[in-house]
Amino acid sequence: MNGNRHKLIGSLLLAAILSAAPVLAGDATGPAAEFTLPARTGETVALSSLKGRVVLINFWATWCGPCRKEMPLLEQIQKKYAPLGFTLLGVNVEEDTAMMDTFLKDVPVTFPILLDPANGVSKLYDVSAMPSTVIVDRKGNIRYIHQGYQPGDESKYQDIIRQLIRERA
Amino acid sequence: MRSLLILLVVSPVALAGVLPEDRADAMYHYYDGGGIEIDGPSLLARKAVGEKVSVSASYYVDSISSASIDVVTIGASPNGYSEERTQWGVGVDYLRGDTTMSVGFSTSDENDYEADTLSFGISQEIFGGLTTVTLGYGSGADDVSRRGDAQFAGEIDRNSYRFGITQVLTRNLILGFSYEVVADEGYLNNPYRQVRYVDVNDPRGYATQFEVYPETRASNAAAIRARYHLPYRAALSGEYRFYTDDWGIDAHTIELGYVHPYGARWLFDFRYRFYTQTAADFYSDLFPYADAQNFLARDKELSTLQSHGPHFGVTYTILERQGDSPLKSTANLFIDNYFFSYDDFRDLRGSSSSSVGSEPLYDFDAFVLQVFFSLWF
Amino acid sequence: MRSLALVVISVVLLAGCGRLEPWVKPYERDRLADPIMSFDRNPVSGSYIDHVHEAREGARGASGSAGGGCGCN
Repeated sequence: MNGNRHKLIGSLLLAAILSAAPVLAGDATGPAAEFTLPARTGETVALSSLKGRVVLINFWATWCGPCRKEMPLLEQIQKKYAPLGFTLLGVNVEEDTAMMDTFLKDVPVTFPILLDPANGVSKLYDVSAMPSTVIVDRKGNIRYIHQGYQPGDESKYQDIIRQLIRERA
Repeated sequence: MRSLLILLVVSPVALAGVLPEDRADAMYHYYDGGGIEIDGPSLLARKAVGEKVSVSASYYVDSISSASIDVVTIGASPNGYSEERTQWGVGVDYLRGDTTMSVGFSTSDENDYEADTLSFGISQEIFGGLTTVTLGYGSGADDVSRRGDAQFAGEIDRNSYRFGITQVLTRNLILGFSYEVVADEGYLNNPYRQVRYVDVNDPRGYATQFEVYPETRASNAAAIRARYHLPYRAALSGEYRFYTDDWGIDAHTIELGYVHPYGARWLFDFRYRFYTQTAADFYSDLFPYADAQNFLARDKELSTLQSHGPHFGVTYTILERQGDSPLKSTANLFIDNYFFSYDDFRDLRGSSSSSVGSEPLYDFDAFVLQVFFSLWF
Repeated sequence: MRSLALVVISVVLLAGCGRLEPWVKPYERDRLADPIMSFDRNPVSGSYIDHVHEAREGARGASGSAGGGCGCN
């Protein structure tokens, strides 16, 4: 009697976990949604202005441990592929920019840091994990989405970027 | 329960969870209350090995010098005694997707008591990480001996089952619920403690005999806790726990707290805790005659008691986290005070003035100090 | 046991209820990620205090901290 009840609860829990687990998005298709955001340096950046280049959009925040770990590696990717027609956009989702300024003093980056404190762009891109990485091809289509960051993910990004750089605009 | 654990392990990978942070803590703890002084170190270290595994180890010592009321009144050592208890523990956590599986072992040793505990846990994030479900099972084996009595040997078999859910309700509010069942079987009383019963032939007015406890004890505890982030950087916390067991003890615990950071480096926290319990069915401070019941206890832990008191904590960040480096260190000083009062346990010290059964009710204050350093790496 | 089953089933229903979207987005979890919002900010202290309670009070379990330690005698 007790064993059957345990099994029932167990299978219900399993069903819940299966239905609640979001789909792991690896490849996705469709045009990347257009947006315009202010950069840390003052000017505004529109995604459409980068058509013709491979773009990696990374959603991050200083309170997210994996995001902090990922930043220096994104800087390396930026330095390596920028001359080949690649741009990295770091979209910061924090309301308070003080933490971000302190962090970027210790971990300076050369790619644009865009500010999305109202989370409009995060919502537009259905960001469902921190960090989130979206890679867009030269034609403006989303070709790869990655949620979270584990050490080693940066080599996956580089594989996709190399492949997309070879494609023509 | 076993089938439930297996079903959860099989569930698919979704988004990645995160291993606990690498960390080391070194603490000095000190307790002074009711005639007992206990102090010693407590060390804890945790380190990730690769991307999916985290190992932890702990070392803990209680150096006890006791002239507690139990020991100086009806106990084996009218002048008190001292002893040392050492506890070691190790644990491994394995992360696979959103699931963390844990195994832990701890062993505790003192001159008349050894306890080994093996525990398993599984924790699953669901619902976009808003909900975390945890299941745990612990199995313990204790060996009880009695100083000065080589023939005596008792054993306890312990099993505990834990279920927990934490739920993010809003940006500022997180709720936790936990439920735990503990079942013990074996020699459950203290091999030294005695009960007293009225005996007009004894100059004290009472005589003593050894405690007799049931061979089993099953308990249920359910707790709900909440943390709320205020509009400025500070947090309120609250907790309520209900406990009941088949010995007749019902207990309520309420705790309220407030954490207040100050500047970039300081953190102050304050809590107040209330605890109240009813006595075990077979507990009595004074039985009417010898062998009055099948089961007899005079352990004040099983009496009708209340305990309440504050906690103050100060944390200073010695080394702040910089950039992408995990390095951070803090120094901490925590003080807790407990006021224990008993409704049906009497203070027998110096009680020749009181008649048997009307000695003053016992109460005492306890002071607890924790000084520790933490390092994240 | 019955109350436990009830809690579990309500979680199941809530989570399985036609792809109910998480209402707190991951980019809105900054305050929840703050250490002051942690239930057990210092595990070395949490387990010690649980041990202090269990050794002197009759209740045990559901303390929210990793392990209560040996209350012993």
